Amino acid sequence: MTQTPRISVQPTRRPQDDLAIKIDVKHLNFYYGPKQVLFDCTLPIRERSITALIGPSGCGKSTFIRCLNRMNDTILGTRTEGEILLDEVNILEPTVDVVGLRRMVGMVFQKPNPFPKSIYENIAFGPRVLGMKVQMDEVVEQSLRRAALWDEVKDKLRQSALALSSGQQQRLCIARALAVQPEVILLDEPASALDPIATLKIEELLMELKHDYTIVLVTHNMQQAARASDRTVFFLLGEIIEDSTTDDMFNQPKDKRTEDYITGRFG
Amino acid sequence: MHEQVNIGVRGRVQLAARQRTTTRDLLQKRARPGEVVMHGLLFVCGAISVLTSIGIVVVLLDQALLFFRDDRVSLIDFFTGTQWQPTIGEFGIAPLLNATLMTTLIAMCVSLPLGLFAAIYLSEYATPQRRALLKPILEVLAGVPTVVYGYFALTFMTPVLRAIFGRDTVEIYNTASAGLVMGIMITPIISSMSEDALSAVPRALREGAYGLGATRFEVATRIVVPAALSGIVAAFIVGVSRAIGETMIVAIAAGAGSKLTFNPFEGAETMTGHIARISGGDISYGSIDYTSLYAIGLTLFVMTLTLNFISQRIVRRFREVYE
Repeated sequence: MTQTPRISVQPTRRPQDDLAIKIDVKHLNFYYGPKQVLFDCTLPIRERSITALIGPSGCGKSTFIRCLNRMNDTILGTRTEGEILLDEVNILEPTVDVVGLRRMVGMVFQKPNPFPKSIYENIAFGPRVLGMKVQMDEVVEQSLRRAALWDEVKDKLRQSALALSSGQQQRLCIARALAVQPEVILLDEPASALDPIATLKIEELLMELKHDYTIVLVTHNMQQAARASDRTVFFLLGEIIEDSTTDDMFNQPKDKRTEDYITGRFG
Repeated sequence: MHEQVNIGVRGRVQLAARQRTTTRDLLQKRARPGEVVMHGLLFVCGAISVLTSIGIVVVLLDQALLFFRDDRVSLIDFFTGTQWQPTIGEFGIAPLLNATLMTTLIAMCVSLPLGLFAAIYLSEYATPQRRALLKPILEVLAGVPTVVYGYFALTFMTPVLRAIFGRDTVEIYNTASAGLVMGIMITPIISSMSEDALSAVPRALREGAYGLGATRFEVATRIVVPAALSGIVAAFIVGVSRAIGETMIVAIAAGAGSKLTFNPFEGAETMTGHIARISGGDISYGSIDYTSLYAIGLTLFVMTLTLNFISQRIVRRFREVYE
C-alpha cells in the first residue's frame, strides 16, 4: 500500500524492541460510575523511551495515563479492572501504597499548576511530604537544571512561581516531578496551553529526559507525537486500536481507522 | 415622517420594513420611562442602608460627645480607669472591654479550630452525599436564636463547668460558659465561609500535590488551606466581629455588674451586656448613665469597623493568589 506520510518523521531512531518493559498494562477496563470508558486495553510500555498516546478528544487517553499512577482514585465513583504491572508488581492491588506509587510514577498536567508558593518551595514540596533525607538546595538546583529552567530562575528562587510565564511554569512542574526521583513520568498534554517556542522547549527536554526515565505522553497534536516519541499508541472510543513504533504508525499504519485519523480525515 | 406611536422596537422594525423608514428614524434615541423608574428605585434601596448607617453614626457620635463633655468624665479616665461604676461616677471602660475581649477570645478558641476542621472535613474528606447531609445541619446551628444559646450556657454549660472544676471555683455567672457557647454559635459561620474558600481552590492544585505522593491531609493542610488563607482569615474576622457584638448570651450567662478580672470562672459584664442591662432598666434620657451607653456603643462600633477594614485589606492583598 502506498501511503504518503503527511507528517515528517525523524529518520534515525534507535531500535526499541530490546528495551525492557517497565509498565505492562493487561486487559484494563475503567468505569466512571456506570459508564465504561476504557475497554480491554493491553499495552506494554518500554523503559527509557517516550510513548505517545494519541486519539481524538474523549477517547480515553487521559483516563488511561491517570490509571498508571492511580490518580483516578481521587475521583469518586470510579472502578478499575485488569492488571497494571509496574516492574512486575500489580499496582491495582489494594495493598499497594499510592504514596509510594506516585513517588515512582510522577505526573505533569495539561495546564501548568504550580502551587501558590515560591519557586523553591514548589520543588521542595515533594521531597518534604515524602520525608526524603536530602540536601534540599541541591535537589532544587538539580531538578531545575534537569528541567532546563535553572538559568532562567536561579536569581529568583524565593519569588512566587505564579510570576513565571506559562512555559516556564510547565517546566517548573516537570522539575517538581523530577525532585522526588521518579522512574516514570506521565505527561497529560503538557504543551497544549503553550506557545510553539515553549512547546519545542518541552519536547527537547523530554528527548533529553528519556535517557533516564520512562515517559508516557498524551497529546492530541500528531506532529508532536511524530517529532518526540519512539512509540505511538492510537486510542479510539476507549480502545487501543494500534500500538507500534512511531515510524510505522505514521508511515504504514496497519488499521484503516488509524490511517484516517493521522491523515486528518476525522478527529 | 410617519406618525409616532408607541409600538416597541419590534413594531418599529416591522413598520420600518413596511414603510421603508430610514435607519436614522430607527436609531433615533427615545425615552424609556420604565428604565428611569427602576434606576431610581434601586438607588433609593441602596441609599436607605447607607443613610441608616450614617444616621447611626451621627446619633452615636452626638450622644457620646455629650458624655465626654460632661465635667464628671475625662477621656483619659475613660480609657485608663479600671472601674465602671456610673453610680459613683467611675467611668473606666477597662472592665467592660476586658470582659468582651475575654468572651471573644474564648469563643474564637472554640470556633476557629472547630469551624476550620469542620470545613476541611466537608471540603476535602466528605463524600458529596455526606456533605449534602452535614452542611445544612451545621447551618441550622446558625439559625438558633441567641437567647436560646444564652439559656443553654446558663443551664447546661455552667453546671457542666461547675461539675468539672468544682462549685467553689466556678461562679454561676461566668465568662467561660458564655464564651464557650458563643464559640459554638460562631462555628457554623466560620466553617461555612472557610468551606467556600477551600472549595474555590482549583482541583488542579490538589492533583499536582497528589501526583507528588502527598496524602490527603498534606494536600489539605499544605496546599489547600494556604491557598484559601485569605478567605479563612476573612471568616475568622467576621467571627470575631460577631463575638464582640453578641449580646444575649453574655447578658444571660456572663453576669451582671462590671468587674475587672482575668479569671474566666468569675462573672464579668461585657460592653454589650452592660448596654442591654442598663437600657432595659429605668434610665432617664440625657442623664450621664444614658449617654455613657453611647460612649460604649461608639467604642464597639470603632472596634468592629476596624476589624472589617482589616479583613477587607487582607482579602484584597491575598486575593487570586492561585490564578
